Amino acid sequence: MFWTSYFLAVLALVLAWPVPVLLSRAEWPARAPFMAMVLWQAIALAGGLSMIGAMLVYGLEPIGDNLIAGLRSLAGMVLHNEPTTALGFWHLFALSAAALLSAHLVFTLLLTYVKIERQRRRHRELLTLLASPSDDGPGTVVINHDSPVAYCLPGGARSVTVLSDGLMAALEPAELRAVLIHENAHLSQRHDLLLWAFAAWRQALPWFPTTRLAQVAVNSLIEMLADDVALRTESKGTLIKAIAIVASGSVRPMERVSLPGTSAGDSSSDDSTLSGTGGADSPRTTASRVSRLLSPKPPLPAGLRALVLAASAMLLAVPTGLLIVPGLLG
Amino acid sequence: MASLGELERAVMDLLWAGQEAATANKLRDLLAQDSAAADGIAGHQGKDLAVTTVLTVLSRLEKKGLVERERGTRPHRYQAVSSRADHTADLMHEALGSAPDREAVLARFIGSVSESEAATLRKLLSKN
Repeated sequence: MFWTSYFLAVLALVLAWPVPVLLSRAEWPARAPFMAMVLWQAIALAGGLSMIGAMLVYGLEPIGDNLIAGLRSLAGMVLHNEPTTALGFWHLFALSAAALLSAHLVFTLLLTYVKIERQRRRHRELLTLLASPSDDGPGTVVINHDSPVAYCLPGGARSVTVLSDGLMAALEPAELRAVLIHENAHLSQRHDLLLWAFAAWRQALPWFPTTRLAQVAVNSLIEMLADDVALRTESKGTLIKAIAIVASGSVRPMERVSLPGTSAGDSSSDDSTLSGTGGADSPRTTASRVSRLLSPKPPLPAGLRALVLAASAMLLAVPTGLLIVPGLLG
Repeated sequence: MASLGELERAVMDLLWAGQEAATANKLRDLLAQDSAAADGIAGHQGKDLAVTTVLTVLSRLEKKGLVERERGTRPHRYQAVSSRADHTADLMHEALGSAPDREAVLARFIGSVSESEAATLRKLLSKN
C-alpha cells in the first residue's frame, strides 16, 4: 500500500515533466504520427490516473490493505458515520485532494466541451447566413474573403469545410483538392475529439509542462496525419505548394482582418499571446510540416512501432494494475 | 423558401442590402417579390408567407444578436446590427485568430505563420 502510493507519485511526476519534454523534442513522431498520438494519450491518461491514485492510496493506507478494501471502509465512514479516528490529518488531506482533482478534471472536460460547442454553433449560424454552398460537394461552403483561408468546423453530421474566395483564386484545382482532402481527414478521423480532450487537459492543469507540450504536439500531429491522407491521392509537390501559398497569404491575420470594433491594442495583445506562449498551434508547426514533406524520413520500422504501442499499453496497465489487482487478489 | 434557416438568410440579405430599417410588412413584400422572381410563379409563394412568419424569423435573428429593432416606432422597424463585411471579418478573425480558448473550435489548414517562416515559404514557392 505504502510503496504503491510512492511509486504512483513518482510515475505521476515523471509523466508530468521529463517524459513529455523528451517526447516533444524527439524526431521520431514525424515518422510515426499515429503511434506518437497514441503515446501522448497514454501519457495523459496514465499521468492523471497515477496522480489521483497516489493520493487515494496514501489517504486510505490506515483503513485498508488495498484500494478496494480502503474504499469500502471509507464508504462505511461516510455513509454510516463510523469513527474516522484511524485517518490522520494528512490522510484526510490526500483524500480530499484526490476527490477535488477528480471532480476538477471531469468538470473542466465538460465545461470545455460546452464552451467549444457554443462557439461552434455560433460560428455555424453565421456561416449559414454568410457563406454560399460550393461545387466541391456537400458540407463545403465558400465565404467572400480575400485572404486564402481553409478550415473545417467539426460537428458530426453538420460538419462543414470553409474555403475563402481568395483561396479558390490562388490555388490550382489539384492543390484545392489536396486542401479539401486534408480538411476531410480532420473530420473523418475525429480530430476534434483529440483537440477537445487536450484543450481540456491544458485548461485543467495549465501549470504542468506536460499539458502544454501535449497540446502543441497533438496539434502538430493531427496536421501530419491529415497531410498523409492527402498524399495518398495528391502529389507531394501539390501539397507543399498548397501549404506554401496558403501560408504566405495568411501572415499576421490580425492586420489583414482588421475589425472596425477592435482597437490596435487589442490585436497586438493577441499577437503577444501567440509569440509568448507559442499557443497550442506552435508557429513552428507549418515549417515542420513542410520540412517533413520536403525531406521525408522513412517511416518508423515495425519493431519500433510495436515498442511504442507496448509502452503506451504499459503506461495504462501499470497504474491501473497497481490500483486494482491487490484488491482482487486479497 | 422552405426552412426557417433559408428565410433567416433571405431576411438578412435584404437587411444588409437595404440602407435603412424596414418593417416586417415591407420585408414580407420584398421576400414575396424575390421568390416570385425566382420561381416564375407570380406572387404564389409570397401569398403563403405570413407576416407572423417574418416576425418569427426576425425575433430569432434578434435573439442571435444579428438584428435590432427601433423601439420608438410602431410597427417596429428592423435593421442589421452590423454589416455583412463586418460579420465576415468577425468569422475570419475567429478562424485565423489564435486566442488559446478558440484553438479547439476548428481545424485550420494552416495555423499561424510567423513573418520569417512566411519568407522561407515564399522563397520555396518561387523555386518550384
